[in-house]
Amino acid sequence: MRLQLDPSACDGFGFCTGLLGELVAGDEWGFPIIKEASVPAELESYARQAAKACPRKALRLVRERA
Amino acid sequence: MQQADLWYLSRATGVVALVLLTATTFLGVLVAGRAKSKLPSFVRADAHRYISAVTVAFLAVHVITALLDPYVNVGWAAVVVPLTSSYERGGIAIGAVGADVLLAVGISSALRTRLPARVWRAVHWAAYLCWPTAIAHALAMGPDTRFAWARCLVAACALVVFGGVAWRVARTVNARSARPHTELEPRRSLLAAMSTGDANK
Amino acid sequence: MTIVDVRPTTMRLLSGLGGTGAADLTTHLATHGPLPVPSRPSPRWQEAVLDEVESSGLAGRGGAGFPTYRKMRAARQSGAKPVVLVNAMEGEPASGKDHYLLTFVPHLVLDGADLVALAVGASTIVICVPAERQALVARLQQALAERRSLPYKRPNCEVKALPGHYIGGEESALVSAVAGKASVPQFRPDKSVGLRLGRQPALVHNTETFAHLALIGRHGAQWFRQMGEPDAPGTSLVTISGAVRHPGILEVETGRPLEDIVAAARPVPNVQAVLVGGYGGTWVSADNLSVPFGRQGLKTVGAAMGAGVLFVLAGGSCGLLETERIARYLAGESAGQCGPCLFGLPALADDLELMVRGQPQPKDLQRLRARCGLVAGRGACGHPDGAVRLVNSALDVFQADVNYHMDYGPCPGSRLPATAPVPSLFHQARPVPSRFTRNMEPA
Repeated sequence: MRLQLDPSACDGFGFCTGLLGELVAGDEWGFPIIKEASVPAELESYARQAAKACPRKALRLVRERA
Repeated sequence: MQQADLWYLSRATGVVALVLLTATTFLGVLVAGRAKSKLPSFVRADAHRYISAVTVAFLAVHVITALLDPYVNVGWAAVVVPLTSSYERGGIAIGAVGADVLLAVGISSALRTRLPARVWRAVHWAAYLCWPTAIAHALAMGPDTRFAWARCLVAACALVVFGGVAWRVARTVNARSARPHTELEPRRSLLAAMSTGDANK
Repeated sequence: MTIVDVRPTTMRLLSGLGGTGAADLTTHLATHGPLPVPSRPSPRWQEAVLDEVESSGLAGRGGAGFPTYRKMRAARQSGAKPVVLVNAMEGEPASGKDHYLLTFVPHLVLDGADLVALAVGASTIVICVPAERQALVARLQQALAERRSLPYKRPNCEVKALPGHYIGGEESALVSAVAGKASVPQFRPDKSVGLRLGRQPALVHNTETFAHLALIGRHGAQWFRQMGEPDAPGTSLVTISGAVRHPGILEVETGRPLEDIVAAARPVPNVQAVLVGGYGGTWVSADNLSVPFGRQGLKTVGAAMGAGVLFVLAGGSCGLLETERIARYLAGESAGQCGPCLFGLPALADDLELMVRGQPQPKDLQRLRARCGLVAGRGACGHPDGAVRLVNSALDVFQADVNYHMDYGPCPGSRLPATAPVPSLFHQARPVPSRFTRNMEPA
């Protein structure tokens, strides 16, 4: 699974940076930087939580493209 | 169970629901306004959601005990349809409106991931109606309002909510005047993010 | 800007332009001959046209340089009748080629649009022009009226005036505007999925691309490849301005050395650098001007042909000042959708302002470089990437200026008025804020 961020929907709430700090960092304005888009298996449930928590549904989990 | 117990239970759970609703609204305002905090932002959002669920639970008990109470005659329909109660028509009506809105907000939030983001946001804005209707309902209904403690409680709740909303409005106004000068109007919801930025450091 | 008749290095699109005024349909047909289109295009003819465009190697002339045939094929194979959009928005302030083509040789562009529409089975052609250019709209309506006399069955053609801000020419923003929605770019995680206008696929090409297609339709792919480089063949229009005596539009063969092109515009003796591509492009220093103006050549100096903008900077000017002003303009043109762009670009402009007008420290330069790394690639479109590309290339090419500013404060060149054309007054360089003037007190 990969993390996908829609920057035009993101409003910088920062829930994802708190919930998935291993993969998502925050910039100086509070917006997420995806450090690593590919989600390792052990972090998958946390990634789902982070995507679910996003108030704008900007963070999404998509299938890894072949 | 004594006859009067349902009556007291209804009033008590009503008061608790009001306090919880105040807390929910206040937390909601903090989340939307991006209040700075040592804790990560999702903690506040989770607290908001959790307390709102507890609010709904207390509201349910409040409503059911009122309906089961033989002392007052409130029809089942009056819970959701305003102005159909024989007892205290106006007061119950206000409560019904508030309950309807809370129900809509609750259901839309439960289904949030399945709804388009814009739909959920539109319904959630209506949540601002919940607290005023709750207060109006309390003031119109309660025999408790003759007590000083009740009046103090209402005043305290009002202070918290008005304070929170005033803070949020001020934030937005500040952000708007401080926003980067752009040819196109930036998305309004991004203005809230302006207030958290440490830009120009 | 004056459109001058400097003898261009080559003439295809611009051939037949003599005298005054636009080429009307008769002149156009006399110069180029009729467009060989059957009265009822068959699928075999359509395939043949697409094959021809593929062999020609034509790449988009709007800035992205995407192979033209691929977009056309995708639109044709999509199932529904496509809509063809002629992108004449030309949001780049220093670019005038599209406006030029539509003003002087509109029928060349319209021929190309007809050809594409018939080849992909499109139902409609929409020519998208900025709303501010009312004269252009009138001119196009005139040209369209003339075309009623053409022998083949033309698709419906309409002119649409759209908001003319910088980002309005971005493909997805254009489609969005035509659909009646906000003229801002759409997030497209998978670019291979084409744009849509409702149920119909939207095929967007730059004005100049259509002009080239009109000639490929007449003379074929091999003819097109006779000029230019093998990997990016043909000719290309450039808009050259700045420290040159003859600014204007030139048609150049790809692969010509940049210095030849600049020379054709009669530059001042001491050229310091040239901004190549557009305001989101790259500065190329005077030492590197021998590089060929083509895909591979420009890549070696980190540049690309882009929208064909060439802005020449004279020796005495401060490259950082020009860059700061352009960066401030780009910041103001953000669509305002994405945080990193909306907040990052003004921060970059502020950092540059400090570099130009204040007493910058090495940590300020570090912060600027770090912010560049932070902002690029994090928007829904390429706007912030362009701004970062501009700033990074400026820090590279004008390194000497950066060092001077850090050691001595503002250089003499930075006190001169800047020259890059930046549209509204709103985007003029801000008056020096007090925290900087304090540092400019004599020691």
